[in-house]
Amino acid sequence: MTNRNAVELQELHKSFGTTRIIQGVSLAIREGERHAIIGPNGAGKSTLFNLISGRYEVSSGHILLHGEPITNLRPFEINRKGLSRSFQVTNIFHNMSVYENVRCGVLWSAGYRYSFWQRIGGLQDVRRRAEEIMERIGLARRRDTLAGTLTYAEQRALEIGITIAGGASVVLLDEPTAGMSRTETAQVVELVRTVTEGRTLVMVEHDMGVVFNLADRISVLVYGEVLATGTPEEIRSNPAVQEAYLGGLHKDEAAHADGSHA
Amino acid sequence: MTYQPINLGRWIIWGSAALLFAAAPHMFPGGFALTMLTQMGTLIIFALSYNMLLGQGGMLSFGHAVYSGLGAYVTVHVLNLVGKGVLQIPIPLLPLVGGAAGLVFGVLFGYVTTKRAGTTFALISLGIGEMVFACVLMYPGFFGGEAGISTNRSAGQSFLGLTFGPAIQVYYLVALWCFLAMAAMFALTQTPLGRMANAVRDNPERAEFVGYNTQHIRFMQLVLSSFFAGISGALSCINFEIVSAENVSAIRSGGVLLATFIGGVPFFFGPIIGAVVFVFFIVALSGFTKAWLLYLGMFFVLMVIYAPGGIASLILMQFPVIRAGRWRELALPYALAALAALLTLAGLIGIVEMVYRLSEQGASTVLNVLGMSFDARSAPPWFVFAAVLVAGLAALRWTSRRVSERWGEIQLALQAKAAA
Repeated sequence: MTNRNAVELQELHKSFGTTRIIQGVSLAIREGERHAIIGPNGAGKSTLFNLISGRYEVSSGHILLHGEPITNLRPFEINRKGLSRSFQVTNIFHNMSVYENVRCGVLWSAGYRYSFWQRIGGLQDVRRRAEEIMERIGLARRRDTLAGTLTYAEQRALEIGITIAGGASVVLLDEPTAGMSRTETAQVVELVRTVTEGRTLVMVEHDMGVVFNLADRISVLVYGEVLATGTPEEIRSNPAVQEAYLGGLHKDEAAHADGSHA
Repeated sequence: MTYQPINLGRWIIWGSAALLFAAAPHMFPGGFALTMLTQMGTLIIFALSYNMLLGQGGMLSFGHAVYSGLGAYVTVHVLNLVGKGVLQIPIPLLPLVGGAAGLVFGVLFGYVTTKRAGTTFALISLGIGEMVFACVLMYPGFFGGEAGISTNRSAGQSFLGLTFGPAIQVYYLVALWCFLAMAAMFALTQTPLGRMANAVRDNPERAEFVGYNTQHIRFMQLVLSSFFAGISGALSCINFEIVSAENVSAIRSGGVLLATFIGGVPFFFGPIIGAVVFVFFIVALSGFTKAWLLYLGMFFVLMVIYAPGGIASLILMQFPVIRAGRWRELALPYALAALAALLTLAGLIGIVEMVYRLSEQGASTVLNVLGMSFDARSAPPWFVFAAVLVAGLAALRWTSRRVSERWGEIQLALQAKAAA
């Protein structure tokens, strides 16, 4: 972890019509840290990701990537500057093989751009990089399988593979463990830990186990505002957070565990 | 289920394609067959270039004839200048002129059309098609108005002893360019741009998030496609020695869409089949019956409903069954279904032809079929054909159910085997 900021949000606002979803978020994410964004449903976590990655236009405020403004650039421009993201709802190329999916993530950063004069099968550096990625996400054996026919957990792994394939320095993962069993979740945590080694990771996550296990720092987002930012210990002991979010969650869990009283 | 690109035997496939081009005029001798073969070659290039948009890039264009047509117009003027001795370009290289013209207009119009994908792209392409068609009629100085501009392909100097006067020389010119264009367009599907065009077709959003400007990919794909459309336009100019407003018309644009779809949009070679079938419909069938367009329309509708992957998909579906050695079980159900289809077709054709005879002013209402003649104004033939049609439809229903039952059993067995 360094003291320089990988991503910096300054007074970010986003409204849909009259509904204000993000209301003045300021946040600095340091280079090399693993930063989790948590918060109740509808707090604006995914919206925040969509603003940073260029999927939505910001209403006001600024976004900096390594000190350089990227506010309202198009997604591909932001991606080329070294920020890559995954999606909460699996967003892969269903009609392509696993290998081709990963290769799509590699091509631009490998410098082949819009080339129509090179045979893609002959690009050894692309092939090596794609195979290395498949190895890391544990899908090397599924190389020629159509992505659409993979299991859900495999598709989620592929989603991460495509996201990191281009070698982005900042990786945004939107709920990488959503909808997974406990064993699968544990595998994903390990996967995320290894593939984001040496990169900056920003993740939205609902599973508190994952968050406290993986994150160096945590930001709590409530009603479009950052309630608190800090290390897992600081967040856990923060009374405001306990009141607004964690406490509620523990109560929920208690009620859930003690079903007879629910 | 695994996906593996067919690499083995690629040389065999391309080699036999070349042989087929070389041998076709000898396999189907005669002037009429040669006319058809030449047109097929031209349309194969055009349909393949169209599928670079629809099949590979997910762009449904209603105005692709703009690029082939304008390529043809530029070619006809250049050819006339060659004839006057102003320019020295060998005739075999004229398709490059058409291609370059297509490419330039691709850059010009593509910049506008490819700004959006999906329905918006389709509508803009339609609008540009209409606009160009209107311009062609508005400026008769360059475009020759309704009558178009005629030329003489053998007016220039002969090239290596070839004058391109005889139709067989034109056929081989078209065949050579068709082969080259096929190879080039196939090669393009195997490049970073070609693969990313597929990615943009399937999931444009994801493509943007791996660093690709989807708009630019659509633009480049369209420009390259216009180049090949221009080549086909130039070849049709050389073949017919006339270029008119029809060359840029919506009818042409619709025609290539029909041909491509019938052949099979999801497969590279689909449009080749489609072009062959389409030319057969418009050239061969139109000599027999005035209702050919109706038959083509019905065929298209049936394909859209029952075989959206075109003829190519119907063929490819059989391969796993053949490989498993179970095709013989299907032979009888297929034969029965084919018989039922023929019966239905006979009834349908009878009725359609009688309707056409009755509706056409001054036409004889007496038809001759298999040595029998009958009058469409009398009732009995109507009853007979209606009965044949109903019997055919009933038989088709029954036989097609048998086909699908057998098919389902085999597929289940194959899946079970694959899972084991």
